[in-house]
Amino acid sequence: MNALSVLDGFRDADLAKRLKARIDRLGEVIGRDILIMHVCGSHEWTITHHGVRSLLPERVEVRAGPGCPVCVTPAADIDAAVDLALEGKTILTYGDMSRAKGSKQSLAEAKTLGGDVRIVYSVHDAVKIARSRPDGEFVFFAVGFETTAPATAYEILQQPPSNLRFLTSYRYVPSAVEAVSRSPDLRVDAFINAGHASTITGMKAYKPCFDECRKPMVFSGFEPLDVLISVAMILTQIRDREPKMENEYTRSVTWEGNVKAQETMMKAFDLREGYWRGVAMIPNSALDLKPEFSHLDARVHYGLSKSGESAEFVKNARCADVIIGKIDPPECPLYMKECTPASPLGPTMVSSEGTCKIWADHRIVSAMRCRI
Amino acid sequence: MCLAFPGRVVSIDGDFARVDFGEGTAREGINVSLVDVRLGQYVLVHAGYAIQVMDEKEAQKTLSYWREILAYEEESELPSR
Repeated sequence: MNALSVLDGFRDADLAKRLKARIDRLGEVIGRDILIMHVCGSHEWTITHHGVRSLLPERVEVRAGPGCPVCVTPAADIDAAVDLALEGKTILTYGDMSRAKGSKQSLAEAKTLGGDVRIVYSVHDAVKIARSRPDGEFVFFAVGFETTAPATAYEILQQPPSNLRFLTSYRYVPSAVEAVSRSPDLRVDAFINAGHASTITGMKAYKPCFDECRKPMVFSGFEPLDVLISVAMILTQIRDREPKMENEYTRSVTWEGNVKAQETMMKAFDLREGYWRGVAMIPNSALDLKPEFSHLDARVHYGLSKSGESAEFVKNARCADVIIGKIDPPECPLYMKECTPASPLGPTMVSSEGTCKIWADHRIVSAMRCRI
Repeated sequence: MCLAFPGRVVSIDGDFARVDFGEGTAREGINVSLVDVRLGQYVLVHAGYAIQVMDEKEAQKTLSYWREILAYEEESELPSR
Protein backbone atom coordinates (compact mmCIF):
# COMPACT_ATOMS: atom_id res chain seq x y z
CA MET A 1 0.00 0.00 0.00
CA ASN A 2 1.12 3.47 -0.70
CA ALA A 3 0.10 6.33 1.60
CA LEU A 4 0.15 8.73 -1.28
CA SER A 5 -2.44 6.77 -3.28
CA VAL A 6 -4.81 6.80 -0.30
CA LEU A 7 -4.47 10.56 -0.20
CA ASP A 8 -5.43 10.81 -3.87
CA GLY A 9 -8.98 10.24 -2.68
CA PHE A 10 -8.80 13.66 -1.01
CA ARG A 11 -8.48 15.26 -4.46
CA ASP A 12 -11.41 13.46 -6.05
CA ALA A 13 -13.31 15.91 -8.26
CA ASP A 14 -16.65 14.11 -8.06
CA LEU A 15 -16.58 14.05 -4.27
CA ALA A 16 -15.56 17.73 -4.28
CA LYS A 17 -18.61 18.63 -6.40
CA ARG A 18 -20.93 16.75 -4.08
CA LEU A 19 -19.38 18.38 -1.02
CA LYS A 20 -19.81 21.76 -2.69
CA ALA A 21 -23.51 21.03 -3.25
CA ARG A 22 -23.92 20.14 0.42
CA ILE A 23 -22.03 23.28 1.52
CA ASP A 24 -24.25 25.40 -0.76
CA ARG A 25 -27.40 23.93 0.75
CA LEU A 26 -26.12 24.42 4.29
CA GLY A 27 -25.23 28.03 3.44
CA GLU A 28 -28.79 28.64 2.20
CA VAL A 29 -30.35 27.14 5.31
CA ILE A 30 -28.09 29.16 7.63
CA GLY A 31 -28.84 32.33 5.65
CA ARG A 32 -26.30 34.70 7.19
CA ASP A 33 -22.63 35.65 6.76
CA ILE A 34 -20.23 33.12 8.26
CA LEU A 35 -16.56 33.84 8.92
CA ILE A 36 -14.36 30.77 9.39
CA MET A 37 -10.78 31.37 10.43
CA HIS A 38 -7.92 28.96 9.92
CA VAL A 39 -4.59 29.40 11.66
CA CYS A 40 -2.06 27.68 9.44
CA GLY A 41 0.00 28.84 6.47
CA SER A 42 -0.27 25.37 4.94
CA HIS A 43 -4.07 25.60 5.05
CA GLU A 44 -3.89 28.98 3.32
CA TRP A 45 -1.73 27.43 0.62
CA THR A 46 -4.15 24.52 0.07
CA ILE A 47 -7.16 26.83 0.01
CA THR A 48 -5.59 29.33 -2.38
CA HIS A 49 -3.73 26.88 -4.59
CA HIS A 50 -6.77 24.68 -5.17
CA GLY A 51 -9.20 27.61 -5.44
CA VAL A 52 -11.29 26.33 -2.54
CA ARG A 53 -12.71 29.83 -1.87
CA SER A 54 -14.23 29.92 -5.35
CA LEU A 55 -16.26 26.82 -4.41
CA LEU A 56 -17.81 28.35 -1.30
CA PRO A 57 -21.13 30.22 -1.19
CA GLU A 58 -21.02 34.03 -1.26
CA ARG A 59 -21.80 34.33 2.43
CA VAL A 60 -19.28 31.77 3.69
CA GLU A 61 -15.77 33.12 4.03
CA VAL A 62 -12.60 31.29 5.09
CA ARG A 63 -9.87 33.67 6.16
CA ALA A 64 -6.25 33.20 7.24
CA GLY A 65 -5.39 34.02 10.84
CA PRO A 66 -2.02 33.99 12.63
CA GLY A 67 -0.58 30.76 11.18
CA CYS A 68 2.79 31.80 9.80
CA PRO A 69 5.64 31.40 12.31
CA VAL A 70 8.09 33.55 10.32
CA CYS A 71 5.49 36.34 10.13
CA VAL A 72 4.93 36.48 13.89
CA THR A 73 8.61 36.28 14.88
CA PRO A 74 9.28 39.62 16.62
CA ALA A 75 11.38 42.18 14.74
CA ALA A 76 13.56 42.47 17.86
CA ASP A 77 14.53 38.79 17.56
CA ILE A 78 15.45 39.17 13.89
CA ASP A 79 17.45 42.29 14.81
CA ALA A 80 19.28 40.30 17.50
CA ALA A 81 20.12 37.54 15.00
CA VAL A 82 21.33 40.14 12.45
CA ASP A 83 23.53 41.81 15.08
CA LEU A 84 25.05 38.47 16.10
CA ALA A 85 25.75 37.64 12.44
CA LEU A 86 27.46 40.99 11.92
CA GLU A 87 29.53 40.43 15.10
CA GLY A 88 31.01 37.28 13.59
CA LYS A 89 28.82 34.48 14.88
CA THR A 90 27.46 31.97 12.37
CA ILE A 91 23.68 32.06 12.29
CA LEU A 92 21.91 28.87 11.26
CA THR A 93 18.24 29.07 10.39
CA TYR A 94 15.47 28.08 7.98
CA GLY A 95 15.33 29.64 4.52
CA ASP A 96 12.14 31.65 5.00
CA MET A 97 13.41 33.12 8.24
CA SER A 98 16.57 34.43 6.59
CA ARG A 99 14.56 36.63 4.22
CA ALA A 100 12.25 38.32 6.75
CA LYS A 101 13.35 41.81 7.77
CA GLY A 102 13.57 42.94 11.37
CA SER A 103 13.35 46.67 12.05
CA LYS A 104 16.41 47.22 9.81
CA GLN A 105 17.56 44.20 7.84
CA SER A 106 17.03 40.56 7.15
CA LEU A 107 19.62 37.86 7.80
CA ALA A 108 20.00 37.47 4.03
CA GLU A 109 20.97 41.16 3.87
CA ALA A 110 23.34 40.68 6.82
CA LYS A 111 25.02 37.99 4.73
CA THR A 112 25.65 40.43 1.89
CA LEU A 113 27.31 42.69 4.49
CA GLY A 114 29.73 39.90 5.41
CA GLY A 115 27.73 38.08 8.07
CA ASP A 116 27.91 34.31 8.11
CA VAL A 117 24.33 33.04 7.67
CA ARG A 118 23.56 29.48 6.67
CA ILE A 119 20.31 27.84 5.77
CA VAL A 120 19.48 24.50 7.38
CA TYR A 121 16.65 22.05 6.75
CA SER A 122 16.47 20.81 10.33
CA VAL A 123 17.89 21.52 13.78
CA HIS A 124 19.88 18.32 13.43
CA ASP A 125 21.80 19.89 10.53
CA ALA A 126 22.65 22.80 12.84
CA VAL A 127 24.04 20.36 15.44
CA LYS A 128 26.08 18.54 12.78
CA ILE A 129 27.56 21.77 11.39
CA ALA A 130 28.52 23.06 14.86
CA ARG A 131 30.06 19.71 15.77
CA SER A 132 32.12 19.60 12.58
CA ARG A 133 33.65 23.03 13.32
CA PRO A 134 34.61 23.11 17.03
CA ASP A 135 36.47 26.41 16.54
CA GLY A 136 33.36 28.23 15.26
CA GLU A 137 30.65 30.01 17.26
CA PHE A 138 27.14 29.07 16.12
CA VAL A 139 23.64 30.29 16.89
CA PHE A 140 20.56 28.38 15.75
CA PHE A 141 17.75 30.90 15.22
CA ALA A 142 14.90 28.61 16.23
CA VAL A 143 11.47 29.71 15.04
CA GLY A 144 8.25 27.83 14.56
CA PHE A 145 5.24 26.48 16.39
CA GLU A 146 4.82 23.38 18.55
CA THR A 147 5.17 21.31 15.38
CA THR A 148 8.85 22.26 15.24
CA ALA A 149 9.76 22.81 18.90
CA PRO A 150 9.88 19.10 19.95
CA ALA A 151 12.74 18.42 17.51
CA THR A 152 14.80 21.24 18.98
CA ALA A 153 13.92 20.01 22.48
CA TYR A 154 15.18 16.56 21.49
CA GLU A 155 18.55 17.99 20.36
CA ILE A 156 18.83 20.14 23.50
CA LEU A 157 18.27 17.07 25.68
CA GLN A 158 20.97 15.18 23.70
CA GLN A 159 23.66 17.64 24.88
CA PRO A 160 24.49 19.60 21.73
CA PRO A 161 28.06 20.85 21.19
CA SER A 162 29.04 23.75 23.48
CA ASN A 163 29.77 26.05 20.52
CA LEU A 164 26.06 26.00 19.49
CA ARG A 165 23.50 28.22 21.22
CA PHE A 166 19.81 28.71 20.59
CA LEU A 167 17.98 31.94 19.92
CA THR A 168 14.41 30.72 20.29
CA SER A 169 11.19 32.36 19.11
CA TYR A 170 8.86 29.39 19.41
CA ARG A 171 5.17 30.18 19.63
CA TYR A 172 2.28 28.03 20.85
CA VAL A 173 -0.85 28.06 18.68
CA PRO A 174 -3.65 27.18 21.18
CA SER A 175 -2.97 30.43 23.07
CA ALA A 176 -3.20 32.43 19.83
CA VAL A 177 -6.54 30.81 18.93
CA GLU A 178 -7.77 31.76 22.39
CA ALA A 179 -6.65 35.37 21.86
CA VAL A 180 -8.36 35.52 18.43
CA SER A 181 -11.57 34.01 19.83
CA ARG A 182 -11.66 36.76 22.45
CA SER A 183 -11.01 39.59 19.99
CA PRO A 184 -14.06 41.85 19.74
CA ASP A 185 -13.14 43.23 16.27
CA LEU A 186 -12.79 39.89 14.47
CA ARG A 187 -16.20 38.25 15.00
CA VAL A 188 -15.02 34.80 13.99
CA ASP A 189 -17.84 32.24 13.82
CA ALA A 190 -15.71 29.08 13.73
CA PHE A 191 -12.15 27.77 13.55
CA ILE A 192 -10.35 25.36 11.26
CA ASN A 193 -7.52 24.32 13.55
CA ALA A 194 -4.00 23.58 12.37
CA GLY A 195 -3.55 19.89 11.56
CA HIS A 196 0.14 19.50 12.22
CA ALA A 197 0.44 21.72 15.30
CA SER A 198 -2.55 19.80 16.70
CA THR A 199 -0.90 16.49 15.79
CA ILE A 200 1.57 17.35 18.55
CA THR A 201 -0.71 18.98 21.17
CA GLY A 202 -3.81 16.91 20.51
CA MET A 203 -7.31 18.33 20.47
CA LYS A 204 -7.28 18.48 24.26
CA ALA A 205 -5.06 21.58 24.22
CA TYR A 206 -7.98 23.53 22.72
CA LYS A 207 -10.59 22.35 25.22
CA PRO A 208 -10.30 25.35 27.60
CA CYS A 209 -10.61 27.74 24.65
CA PHE A 210 -13.59 25.84 23.24
CA ASP A 211 -15.32 25.75 26.62
CA GLU A 212 -14.94 29.52 26.84
CA CYS A 213 -15.90 30.55 23.29
CA ARG A 214 -18.28 27.70 22.30
CA LYS A 215 -17.43 28.14 18.62
CA PRO A 216 -17.18 25.23 16.17
CA MET A 217 -13.61 23.94 15.94
CA VAL A 218 -12.64 21.41 13.30
CA PHE A 219 -9.14 19.92 13.19
CA SER A 220 -8.36 19.64 9.50
CA GLY A 221 -5.94 17.98 7.12
CA PHE A 222 -4.25 19.66 4.18
CA GLU A 223 -5.71 18.16 1.04
CA PRO A 224 -8.38 20.25 -0.73
CA LEU A 225 -11.15 17.81 0.27
CA ASP A 226 -9.98 17.90 3.89
CA VAL A 227 -10.79 21.61 3.87
CA LEU A 228 -14.14 21.18 2.10
CA ILE A 229 -15.14 18.44 4.54
CA SER A 230 -14.10 20.69 7.44
CA VAL A 231 -16.24 23.54 6.09
CA ALA A 232 -19.19 21.14 5.73
CA MET A 233 -18.66 19.95 9.32
CA ILE A 234 -18.57 23.53 10.61
CA LEU A 235 -21.69 24.60 8.71
CA THR A 236 -23.55 21.52 9.95
CA GLN A 237 -22.65 22.47 13.53
CA ILE A 238 -23.82 26.04 12.93
CA ARG A 239 -27.07 24.87 11.32
CA ASP A 240 -27.76 22.56 14.26
CA ARG A 241 -26.63 25.18 16.80
CA GLU A 242 -24.38 22.51 18.29
CA PRO A 243 -20.80 23.79 18.45
CA LYS A 244 -18.30 20.96 18.86
CA MET A 245 -14.63 20.11 18.72
CA GLU A 246 -14.59 17.79 15.73
CA ASN A 247 -11.73 15.89 14.11
CA GLU A 248 -11.55 15.73 10.32
CA TYR A 249 -7.82 14.84 10.27
CA THR A 250 -8.26 11.50 12.06
CA ARG A 251 -5.32 9.98 10.19
CA SER A 252 -2.98 12.19 12.21
CA VAL A 253 -4.71 14.18 14.97
CA THR A 254 -5.92 12.50 18.16
CA TRP A 255 -7.45 13.82 21.37
CA GLU A 256 -4.22 13.25 23.33
CA GLY A 257 -1.80 14.17 20.54
CA ASN A 258 1.78 12.93 20.36
CA VAL A 259 2.47 12.54 24.08
CA LYS A 260 6.11 11.58 23.54
CA ALA A 261 6.71 14.80 21.58
CA GLN A 262 4.82 16.88 24.17
CA GLU A 263 6.92 15.43 26.99
CA THR A 264 10.16 16.02 25.11
CA MET A 265 9.10 19.59 24.33
CA MET A 266 8.12 20.43 27.91
CA LYS A 267 11.41 19.01 29.28
CA ALA A 268 13.27 21.77 27.43
CA PHE A 269 10.74 24.62 27.29
CA ASP A 270 8.39 26.53 29.56
CA LEU A 271 5.24 28.25 28.34
CA ARG A 272 5.53 31.99 28.97
CA GLU A 273 4.03 35.21 27.74
CA GLY A 274 5.16 35.93 24.19
CA TYR A 275 4.91 38.70 21.65
CA TRP A 276 3.37 37.88 18.25
CA ARG A 277 4.73 40.38 15.77
CA GLY A 278 2.20 43.11 15.10
CA VAL A 279 -0.48 41.24 17.04
CA ALA A 280 -0.08 41.40 20.81
CA MET A 281 1.60 40.01 23.87
CA ILE A 282 -0.24 36.73 24.41
CA PRO A 283 -0.09 34.83 27.72
CA ASN A 284 1.28 31.26 27.63
CA SER A 285 2.16 31.55 23.96
CA ALA A 286 5.98 31.42 23.88
CA LEU A 287 8.01 28.25 24.36
CA ASP A 288 11.11 29.62 26.13
CA LEU A 289 14.12 27.56 27.19
CA LYS A 290 13.94 26.35 30.78
CA PRO A 291 16.42 27.95 33.23
CA GLU A 292 18.48 24.73 33.45
CA PHE A 293 19.37 25.16 29.78
CA SER A 294 20.41 28.80 30.14
CA HIS A 295 23.97 27.83 29.13
CA LEU A 296 22.54 27.05 25.67
CA ASP A 297 20.39 30.18 25.53
CA ALA A 298 21.82 32.79 23.15
CA ARG A 299 19.86 35.52 24.96
CA VAL A 300 21.59 34.70 28.25
CA HIS A 301 25.03 34.07 26.76
CA TYR A 302 25.15 37.23 24.67
CA GLY A 303 23.15 39.41 27.08
CA LEU A 304 20.27 40.02 24.65
CA SER A 305 17.09 41.47 26.05
CA LYS A 306 13.88 39.46 25.94
CA SER A 307 11.97 40.41 22.82
CA GLY A 308 9.32 42.99 23.44
CA GLU A 309 7.04 45.07 21.28
CA SER A 310 8.99 47.36 18.98
CA ALA A 311 8.65 49.26 15.72
CA GLU A 312 7.38 46.45 13.56
CA PHE A 313 6.42 47.21 9.98
CA VAL A 314 7.09 49.78 7.28
CA LYS A 315 4.85 52.84 7.06
CA ASN A 316 1.34 52.24 5.67
CA ALA A 317 1.87 48.48 5.50
CA ARG A 318 -1.01 46.48 6.97
CA CYS A 319 0.99 43.32 7.74
CA ALA A 320 -0.43 43.26 11.28
CA ASP A 321 -4.02 43.22 10.01
CA VAL A 322 -3.18 40.45 7.52
CA ILE A 323 -1.46 38.38 10.24
CA ILE A 324 -4.40 38.60 12.64
CA GLY A 325 -6.92 37.97 9.85
CA LYS A 326 -8.65 41.34 9.92
CA ILE A 327 -8.14 41.90 6.20
CA ASP A 328 -7.22 40.08 2.99
CA PRO A 329 -3.92 41.10 1.35
CA PRO A 330 -5.42 43.31 -1.44
CA GLU A 331 -6.78 45.63 1.26
CA CYS A 332 -3.22 46.67 2.09
CA PRO A 333 -2.27 49.77 0.03
CA LEU A 334 1.22 48.37 -0.62
CA TYR A 335 0.14 44.88 -1.82
CA MET A 336 1.53 44.21 -5.31
CA LYS A 337 2.50 47.87 -5.62
CA GLU A 338 5.55 48.69 -3.50
CA CYS A 339 5.44 45.25 -1.86
CA THR A 340 5.89 42.20 -4.12
CA PRO A 341 7.50 38.75 -3.75
CA ALA A 342 10.54 40.10 -5.64
CA SER A 343 10.92 43.03 -3.21
CA PRO A 344 8.92 42.22 -0.09
CA LEU A 345 8.45 44.92 2.54
CA GLY A 346 6.83 42.78 5.23
CA PRO A 347 7.15 39.21 6.50
CA THR A 348 3.74 38.17 5.13
CA MET A 349 5.14 38.73 1.62
CA VAL A 350 8.35 36.79 2.41
CA SER A 351 7.42 33.48 3.92
CA SER A 352 5.97 30.67 1.84
CA GLU A 353 3.35 30.51 4.61
CA GLY A 354 2.67 34.24 4.62
CA THR A 355 -0.80 35.13 3.33
CA CYS A 356 0.45 37.92 1.03
CA LYS A 357 3.11 35.70 -0.54
CA ILE A 358 0.60 32.88 -1.13
CA TRP A 359 -1.95 35.29 -2.65
CA ALA A 360 0.72 36.94 -4.79
CA ASP A 361 1.92 33.57 -6.09
CA HIS A 362 -1.67 32.69 -7.03
CA ARG A 363 -2.90 36.07 -8.22
CA ILE A 364 -5.53 34.82 -10.65
CA VAL A 365 -7.09 32.33 -8.25
CA SER A 366 -7.02 34.64 -5.23
CA ALA A 367 -8.60 37.50 -7.20
CA MET A 368 -11.63 35.28 -7.84
CA ARG A 369 -12.69 35.67 -4.26
CA CYS A 370 -11.56 39.01 -2.90
CA ARG A 371 -13.82 41.11 -0.75
CA ILE A 372 -12.85 44.46 -2.33
CA MET B 1 6.87 25.92 8.43
CA CYS B 2 4.48 23.28 9.66
CA LEU B 3 4.64 21.46 6.32
CA ALA B 4 4.79 17.72 6.86
CA PHE B 5 4.85 14.85 4.37
CA PRO B 6 3.79 11.23 4.77
CA GLY B 7 6.26 8.50 3.95
CA ARG B 8 6.86 4.82 4.63
CA VAL B 9 9.57 3.68 7.03
CA VAL B 10 11.76 1.22 5.09
CA SER B 11 14.58 0.73 7.62
CA ILE B 12 15.31 1.79 11.19
CA ASP B 13 18.69 2.19 12.88
CA GLY B 14 18.35 3.46 16.46
CA ASP B 15 16.77 6.93 16.43
CA PHE B 16 17.03 7.22 12.66
CA ALA B 17 15.12 5.76 9.74
CA ARG B 18 15.09 5.67 5.99
CA VAL B 19 11.74 6.98 4.77
CA ASP B 20 10.27 6.47 1.32
CA PHE B 21 8.08 9.39 0.27
CA GLY B 22 7.02 7.72 -2.98
CA GLU B 23 7.57 8.82 -6.56
CA GLY B 24 11.27 7.99 -6.25
CA THR B 25 11.99 10.19 -3.26
CA ALA B 26 13.54 8.60 -0.20
CA ARG B 27 15.53 10.15 2.62
CA GLU B 28 18.05 8.75 5.09
CA GLY B 29 18.45 10.04 8.61
CA ILE B 30 14.87 10.89 9.48
CA ASN B 31 14.75 11.14 13.26
CA VAL B 32 12.01 8.84 14.61
CA SER B 33 12.66 9.28 18.33
CA LEU B 34 9.49 11.35 18.86
CA VAL B 35 7.22 8.50 17.71
CA ASP B 36 6.81 4.77 18.32
CA VAL B 37 7.08 3.40 14.80
CA ARG B 38 7.59 -0.03 13.29
CA LEU B 39 9.07 -0.99 9.97
CA GLY B 40 6.58 -0.54 7.11
CA GLN B 41 4.40 2.01 8.90
CA TYR B 42 3.76 5.48 7.54
CA VAL B 43 5.05 8.54 9.35
CA LEU B 44 4.38 12.23 8.93
CA VAL B 45 7.76 13.96 8.58
CA HIS B 46 8.35 17.60 9.50
CA ALA B 47 11.81 19.22 9.12
CA GLY B 48 13.69 15.93 9.41
CA TYR B 49 11.68 14.50 12.34
CA ALA B 50 8.74 12.10 12.28
CA ILE B 51 5.97 13.78 14.28
CA GLN B 52 3.27 11.10 14.00
CA VAL B 53 2.60 7.58 12.84
CA MET B 54 -0.09 7.97 10.21
CA ASP B 55 -3.20 5.87 10.23
CA GLU B 56 -3.97 4.99 6.63
CA LYS B 57 -7.19 3.23 7.58
CA GLU B 58 -8.46 6.46 9.09
CA ALA B 59 -7.89 8.22 5.77
CA GLN B 60 -10.02 5.59 4.02
CA LYS B 61 -12.65 5.81 6.75
CA THR B 62 -12.97 9.58 6.37
CA LEU B 63 -13.56 9.25 2.63
CA SER B 64 -16.04 6.36 2.80
CA TYR B 65 -17.95 8.02 5.68
CA TRP B 66 -18.43 11.18 3.61
CA ARG B 67 -19.36 9.24 0.48
CA GLU B 68 -22.07 7.53 2.52
CA ILE B 69 -23.40 10.72 4.14
CA LEU B 70 -23.52 12.51 0.80
CA ALA B 71 -25.26 9.61 -0.93
CA TYR B 72 -27.88 9.52 1.82
CA GLU B 73 -28.48 13.24 1.68
CA GLU B 74 -28.58 13.36 -2.10
CA GLU B 75 -31.29 10.71 -2.00
CA SER B 76 -33.40 12.37 0.65
CA GLU B 77 -32.41 15.95 -0.33
CA LEU B 78 -32.67 17.20 3.19
CA PRO B 79 -30.34 19.96 4.15
CA SER B 80 -32.25 20.71 7.35
CA ARG B 81 -33.42 18.40 10.08
